[in-house]
Amino acid sequence: MKNSNKLFERELVKEAIAQSFVKLNPVILFRNPVMFTVEIGTAIMLAVCIWIAAGEKSQGSLLYNAIVTIILLITLLFANFAEAIAEARGKAQANSLRKTREETPAKQIIVGEIFASEIKIVPSSQLNKGDIFLCEAGDIIPMDGEIIEGLATIDESAITGESAPVIREAGGDKSSVTGGTKVLSDKIKVRVTTEPGESFLDKMIALVEGASRQKTPNEIALTILLAGFTLVFIIVCVTLKPFGDYANTPITIAAFISLFVCLIPTTIGGLLSAIGIAGMDRALRANVITKSGKAVETAGDIDTLLLDKTGTITIGNRKATNFWPVEGIDEKTFIEACALSSLADQTPEGKSIVELANVNTTAFNTSDAVFIEFTAETRSSGIDLATGIQIRKGAYDAIKNIVTRAGNIFPESIAERVKIISSNGGTPLVVSQNNNVLGVIELQDIIKPNIHERFDRLRKMGVKTVMVTGDNPLTAKFIAEKAGVDDFIAEAKPEDKMNYIKKEQLSGKLVAMMGDGTNDAPALAQADVGVAMNSGTQAAKEAGNMVDLDNDPTKLIEIVEIGKQLLMTRGTLTTFSIANDVAKYFAIVPALFIASVPALQGMNIMKLHSPESAILSAVIFNAIIIPLLIPLALRGVAYKPIGASALLRRNLLIYGLGGVVVPFLGIKLIDMLVRIWF
Amino acid sequence: MFTEIPGIILMFVLLIILAIPFGRYIGKVFNYEPTRLDFLLNPLDNLFFKLSGINPNKQMNWKQHLGVMLLLNLIWFLLSMFILMNMGWLPLNPDKNPGMNPDLAFNTAISFICNTNLQHYSGESGISYLGQLVLMLWQFLSAGIGIAAAAVVFVAMKERTTEQLGNFYSFFIRSCTRVLLPLAVVVAIILAFNGAPMTFNGKDTITTLQGDTMQVSRGPAAAFIAIKHLGTNGGGFFGANSAHPFENPNYFTNIVEMVAQMIIPVAMLFAMGYMLKRRKLSWMIFGVMTIGFLILTVPTVLAELQGNPAIGKMGISQSSGNMEGKEVRIGSGASAYWSIATTVISTGSVNAMHDSFMPLSGMNQLLAMMVNCFYGGCGVGFLNFYIFVIIAVFISGLMVGRTPEFLGKKIEAKEMKIASIIALLHPFLILTGTALASYIYAHNPAAYAAWLNNPGSHGFSEMLYEYTSSSANNGSGFEGLGYGNGSSVGDNTLWWNITCGVVMLLSRFLPIIGPVAIAGILAGKKFIPESPGTLKTDSATFGIMVFAVIFIIAALSFFPALSLGPIAEYFGMK
Repeated sequence: MKNSNKLFERELVKEAIAQSFVKLNPVILFRNPVMFTVEIGTAIMLAVCIWIAAGEKSQGSLLYNAIVTIILLITLLFANFAEAIAEARGKAQANSLRKTREETPAKQIIVGEIFASEIKIVPSSQLNKGDIFLCEAGDIIPMDGEIIEGLATIDESAITGESAPVIREAGGDKSSVTGGTKVLSDKIKVRVTTEPGESFLDKMIALVEGASRQKTPNEIALTILLAGFTLVFIIVCVTLKPFGDYANTPITIAAFISLFVCLIPTTIGGLLSAIGIAGMDRALRANVITKSGKAVETAGDIDTLLLDKTGTITIGNRKATNFWPVEGIDEKTFIEACALSSLADQTPEGKSIVELANVNTTAFNTSDAVFIEFTAETRSSGIDLATGIQIRKGAYDAIKNIVTRAGNIFPESIAERVKIISSNGGTPLVVSQNNNVLGVIELQDIIKPNIHERFDRLRKMGVKTVMVTGDNPLTAKFIAEKAGVDDFIAEAKPEDKMNYIKKEQLSGKLVAMMGDGTNDAPALAQADVGVAMNSGTQAAKEAGNMVDLDNDPTKLIEIVEIGKQLLMTRGTLTTFSIANDVAKYFAIVPALFIASVPALQGMNIMKLHSPESAILSAVIFNAIIIPLLIPLALRGVAYKPIGASALLRRNLLIYGLGGVVVPFLGIKLIDMLVRIWF
Repeated sequence: MFTEIPGIILMFVLLIILAIPFGRYIGKVFNYEPTRLDFLLNPLDNLFFKLSGINPNKQMNWKQHLGVMLLLNLIWFLLSMFILMNMGWLPLNPDKNPGMNPDLAFNTAISFICNTNLQHYSGESGISYLGQLVLMLWQFLSAGIGIAAAAVVFVAMKERTTEQLGNFYSFFIRSCTRVLLPLAVVVAIILAFNGAPMTFNGKDTITTLQGDTMQVSRGPAAAFIAIKHLGTNGGGFFGANSAHPFENPNYFTNIVEMVAQMIIPVAMLFAMGYMLKRRKLSWMIFGVMTIGFLILTVPTVLAELQGNPAIGKMGISQSSGNMEGKEVRIGSGASAYWSIATTVISTGSVNAMHDSFMPLSGMNQLLAMMVNCFYGGCGVGFLNFYIFVIIAVFISGLMVGRTPEFLGKKIEAKEMKIASIIALLHPFLILTGTALASYIYAHNPAAYAAWLNNPGSHGFSEMLYEYTSSSANNGSGFEGLGYGNGSSVGDNTLWWNITCGVVMLLSRFLPIIGPVAIAGILAGKKFIPESPGTLKTDSATFGIMVFAVIFIIAALSFFPALSLGPIAEYFGMK
């Protein structure tokens, strides 16, 4: 997928500018109380301008009032633009995903008139939930669905950007296919799982668009606080009128409204929804589809992270690392036996044994040899050579069974070795030849590079990591320690995950997990943030509140950071916005009263030129700070896991103190320009 | 000139030395741990509960707590209206003072029930001893209500997930008998021995050196003054309040009264630390409050010690500071310290004329009441601070990338709504009240000329002060307002009595209801254990955040008003 990191693309900017005007509609703006009051202020100023044009003399010059009106209008447009550009970016991102699947021809299988079933080519948009279609090599899959028959290799690069093809097959946990991806080989029958327009992607697009976007609980609470601030400043400004009357100071309407607009938190008010949309957009850029904005927010609060060992902590599969022959057996003989037994073993473990053995396999005489497949009952595999030699390899107890049943003794030294390997996090595979133990192969999990640092980072964020694995407790403990996770669930069954989540939630913690199988679905639904892999079953995808298109288990870590960034951006910009008020008070209040109480010149600490220039400078600063902060709102404040107190100190210093100082400088600078005319 | 400073430092140090152990004692009282006074007070409490038929062990949720609180106050209000209006013929009236007219009774009744003690009458001529005794009882009870409400919040902060927040009657009785009463006895005895009258006899007659006869008012003042300070009430027995030699006979009693009025608000913080086992949190709050207190106190003390430059220019020595409106036995420095102490906490007793302070000292007094939570009143000071903590937690919680939580409880829309309304209320009442008065005065200066003794910005400060004092439940007066002392009946009196009464009523009960509701709602929520990602609310950084929130909401909202009043006056003097 095309991931554009440029913030302002021409096309998007154009669309956003148009939207900025559409959003001036009071019905739309009413959702944002802070900006709505600015709109009322603008309307009043417009009326004042008309009043002056009609001959009123007490309100100052028409030019001055007109400029104030225009700046207020621009403030509104800037705020609308912030929201619109965030929406446009989100939509563009989602559309680029959606485009790939629009109007692709689908081979629908229908109950025909002539044959029991016949194939009809229909546009993908006409497919409904429950319909069945056929995809052959070279076809683009028209809709999201579940394979009901067959197996295919699929190129999912259109969605994930990953070019290596993946295998999807009916039944099991890898049965989902995504619209827009391409079948490379074989043939599959797929049942459509969503109604047109209701796929996750469609839902996500709706989420980004204004109309159906629900405010998250945190956003609502912040809006209430901002409305509270707005009300305080309404009181401050309205009561100024009688105060002015008492002090014999006529205060112009323009001054009132300017003071009011400057004091209310327009900066955060204007950027608030953009921040929320940008959070979802960032998730989308990480190839995660969220089903609600709340899920992204909750991700920032996660206390406990359940991670599958395989694929997240360790690289896919175990690898053979050592051959341990029993005493009296020549190492070379043992290694050859190991390689022989694994020749037909196509599992990654088997391949790694052959690889490690590094012997010339073509020299083996395997004609007429019988390969014994691994089964759940025997829990061993191997080879029966024409010479009558039978080699078996398998789990410790499986081979022990074979050996002891034949009346042979299982060597103590090997039993000891098996234990050592297990406690070192390895998996022992015992090899026997004609019911006699030859030795043991050590398989080791390969822990991903840098994973330790990532867990450290999570720990500093206050997130506890839990590894979920099917390994025995000894192995699990070793890997857990080596990788640096805080806890582990060994020999995990699906219900173990569920119980662990419930236990954590009972003690008040928020839990996130990732899963793909149908048996993960209950746990995904129970978890506060459940991320389903896109390759997973439909049930898993329905149960979770996010879908990861990359099927990347480490994605959870990124999602947590996106959530934290979202909240932090809100917090820091609120602080910045409110801290700005200090300077604005010092710009406007002296300007209001200087005419009648000249003594108040002492309060004009910025030495602004005139009352008009002071008021205009403050309003202009108030307007242009919004677009200046749009990039920050869209990108998010950088999250650094340095502990809550240090983070607060840092942000308070940058956005709190900065919020006090910046407007003093900004207003003074603007005043130096404005003084030329006023 | 700076010889007065050690005395001021002594008052502050003494306060802290006494407040810490006393806070631990209050913590024990509300934790129902054994204390040394139990042998005396347990039977007393039990007798009360037996007589009234109240079960002190019945657990209440936050709504029930508030219900009881409001009901008690309603009964007291009706009772005091009756007594104040009829005290002319009721017993204990040796000086034959008349009953109050309805609007003054309304103002006075509310004023004492609300722990404000704004007095639009003068104790010598405006009220009988029965009236004084009733008011003295309210001084106990209203302080007890504040302490009990804070105790409910402490319990709510302590509990993990529960609706059961103790019993309001029990908290209330314990506040009165175990916190206020023992201290009141001690302070009253000290005052009586230093010359404060304690008698039910009527006015005394003395012959002055010039040979004139003079009527001197007296009464059961020592007991009244003790509780007026301990309960952060501030209503004087005499019109001149603690500037009167009978109320505040000497420098020593001045120290005693000073410590007495601040001890409970400060001790409440340490009580919270003890009850919640979060001493660091109580030190953080104490630190923020103290810094705020000192920021207001230090410049005021210095300004008053330096004297009035306008008088200095006339060639009059200002070596003992700005002494206009101050008592010689107390001095300008200690009076300045008192003026800030009495305004940061909600006492409002005065030992000097606030009207005559330097303009910026007047501004600091106003700011102290506008903030109203640097220590604040008995119990309610902490409640006011709690609102700012909630808002600060919300913003700083976001800043560290977590849904905001305070003591393990998530702060969501409902709590924010309550906190915003309460934070809004104080500026609303003060500014609207002053705006209405300004409007009326400005549009009809001739008819309302009697309102203001001073024109211009000082007159504006007088009006602003009156509403600030009412809204902060402080009760001190800048004075200079022509609302008369009960004798000048007319529209003027009616206006101030009614509007100030309404302001006091709203600003007393809503700021109790709000924090109790928030704490109660939070107590019922799921408890979230602390993690390294949790914002620490007992850190210095968070303290700065709270201070910034207080500064921006409580102080900056009044910036335009202050600049028309004391600030304009200050620059005008230059």
